[in-house]
Amino acid sequence: MKNKRSLFAVPYVVWMALFVVIPIVIMLVYSLTVAVTTDGGESIRFSFENFTGMGAYVSVFARSFWLAIIATLVCLLIGYPVSYLMAREGAGFQRVAMALIMLPMWMNFLLRTYSWMSILENNGLLNQLFQKLGIIALYNNLTGQNIEYFQMIRTPGAVVLGMVYNYLPFMILPIYSVLSKMDQSLIEAAQDLGAGTADVFRRVTLPLSLPGVLSGVTMVFVPSVSTFAISRLLGGGTSMMLGDLIESQFLGGAYNPHLGAAISMVMMVIVVVCMLVMNHFGEGEEQAVML
Amino acid sequence: MSKELIRLSDCVMTYDDDVVLDHIDLTIRDKEFLTLLGPSGCGKTTTLRIIGGFLTPTSGDVLFDGKRINDVPPHKRLVNTVFQRYALFPHLNVFENVAFGLRMGQTVIEQEGDAEVRRKVKIPEGEIRSRVMEMLEIVNLKGFERRPVTALSGGQQQRVAIARALVNRPKVLLLDEPLGALDMRLRKDMQQELKRIQQEMEITFIYVTHDQEEALAMSDTVVVMDGGRIQQVGTPEDIYNEPKNAFVADFIGESNIIDGVMRADGVVEIFNRKFQCLDKGFEKDEPVDVVIRPEDVDIVSEAEGQLKGTVTAVTFKGVHYDTIVDFYGFKWLIQTTDFCPEGSRIGIKIDPDGFHVMKKSQYSGMFGDYSSYSEEYDEINDPTLLDEEEEGADDEE
Repeated sequence: MKNKRSLFAVPYVVWMALFVVIPIVIMLVYSLTVAVTTDGGESIRFSFENFTGMGAYVSVFARSFWLAIIATLVCLLIGYPVSYLMAREGAGFQRVAMALIMLPMWMNFLLRTYSWMSILENNGLLNQLFQKLGIIALYNNLTGQNIEYFQMIRTPGAVVLGMVYNYLPFMILPIYSVLSKMDQSLIEAAQDLGAGTADVFRRVTLPLSLPGVLSGVTMVFVPSVSTFAISRLLGGGTSMMLGDLIESQFLGGAYNPHLGAAISMVMMVIVVVCMLVMNHFGEGEEQAVML
Repeated sequence: MSKELIRLSDCVMTYDDDVVLDHIDLTIRDKEFLTLLGPSGCGKTTTLRIIGGFLTPTSGDVLFDGKRINDVPPHKRLVNTVFQRYALFPHLNVFENVAFGLRMGQTVIEQEGDAEVRRKVKIPEGEIRSRVMEMLEIVNLKGFERRPVTALSGGQQQRVAIARALVNRPKVLLLDEPLGALDMRLRKDMQQELKRIQQEMEITFIYVTHDQEEALAMSDTVVVMDGGRIQQVGTPEDIYNEPKNAFVADFIGESNIIDGVMRADGVVEIFNRKFQCLDKGFEKDEPVDVVIRPEDVDIVSEAEGQLKGTVTAVTFKGVHYDTIVDFYGFKWLIQTTDFCPEGSRIGIKIDPDGFHVMKKSQYSGMFGDYSSYSEEYDEINDPTLLDEEEEGADDEE
């Protein structure tokens, strides 16, 4: 009986082994070796060099995590109220809001990011608008400077904006899902026991929605930390992030897959540790989702 | 008799075009155990939610201690609720669930000049502790305070819900079918326990149920509702012995309800035969509904009987036999300790106090014939009836 059932698990186990376990092992091997060129050709040898030399990239690590944390917080600050509102309003509002949130996700990710480029560029849509409205002239008058445009693209702010824009739905959906399933009678019970609107939220709604918040934070933070297209297109090289660094080791001019693999491993470990700590916070809220 | 505490005055509640409460007038006295009794969709839960402050009546007034409280939100009312499915906070343990209301602070009313000022005052931790523990002892949950509520049985969760409401020392406790999810024996124990708590704490209980036995066993006053209206208000004895109309007679206990005519004071005619009864004050020859409780009928030999009929079904019930007898095409339920085999001819005798005469009402002719025990049984056997009618009634509750 039991054996028969485990038979169905075989495709999954094979899949996981082929595409998850083996690649990680390969990465581990890569990260613990370096390439050496001898007269006979190329070979590899075991070494910790990749890790010991990691110090040079501390600033990239710091920037990546810092921008990802900011993006996650912004997503949370926008996403929670939106989810809360959606869960409270009627079915009609929920459908419309859900469509508006999902609609951009049906468009290609790169296309969306390119659109932001043309909006944020120095002579892009926004700057043209500011020019027409005289905001730039006003700014020059007030500050005594003489600028022709606001520098928006190629700033860390643009990178955060890009991440928030792309990953916000992943914050809203899990929080909304928890809030909309919350038992309404719990809120009535709290009111009945003397809790005003603020107390109901602080003591009942918020604690009960923590699992949704945790999974939203996870789903925004992890892709944010490893993003590369957004930072390259909107950050324009001024704010290199981990994703860019790793990409350049595999595909770019700095070709060194051993170092790229080592950076990936370190990043993975840090992310996993972050998630474990987060889930520890949410203990007792059982269904805290880990990716 | 204690003083009036809550009054619903001409309360109407409508959802879209649905009239859920149809001009309700109800007075609830201090320290009484009052039960709102009726089938699902009768408006009993709506009435309770209006008192709790979760609904505002479409028209009419809710008075508490003589003051209009229509617009007072639930958290400012001196009323607490035990919810149907308990609504315990799953993220808090037993102690914190019970302490919830106390942590919200206590409302004190201070006299400042002429004006009354209400102020929320924090309750010190020590007092919270002692009050919670005292309450857990009253509901027999001592030693459970650190348990998560999700790990408790239904009966235990029930007690936490009661303790959580009562610890705030409300003037009124509202209970919405609180025993509905418990098994029969536990229900009976909890009925007694609730009654004990109510008497010990001297609090007004307003209890909603569709279970007539429960209502009769616990209440000081029973309010029978149907179709958004109050059908009758009275003590359990009044309601059982002197039902006002066919609906009440049928809903409370078993009743044979027969068309009759009042020929004079103390004389009622059914099946073209005159019987002695105790009821007075009807018009001469007024058509009436006559209730005869199954236990008030004596079976005698056919020759001695005031009415003669044929037994069509007999069911052994332990204490008695449920005997269905056909009198001139009308099926009676008679509860008797004498066994009469199916198909036998019997006679019956009814003492004058076995008759209860009621004025005709909208419910006349709907109940009281024992071809089947329930209307629902007839409905589910009838393919021409759409089953949409009942839908939604329960959700609303």
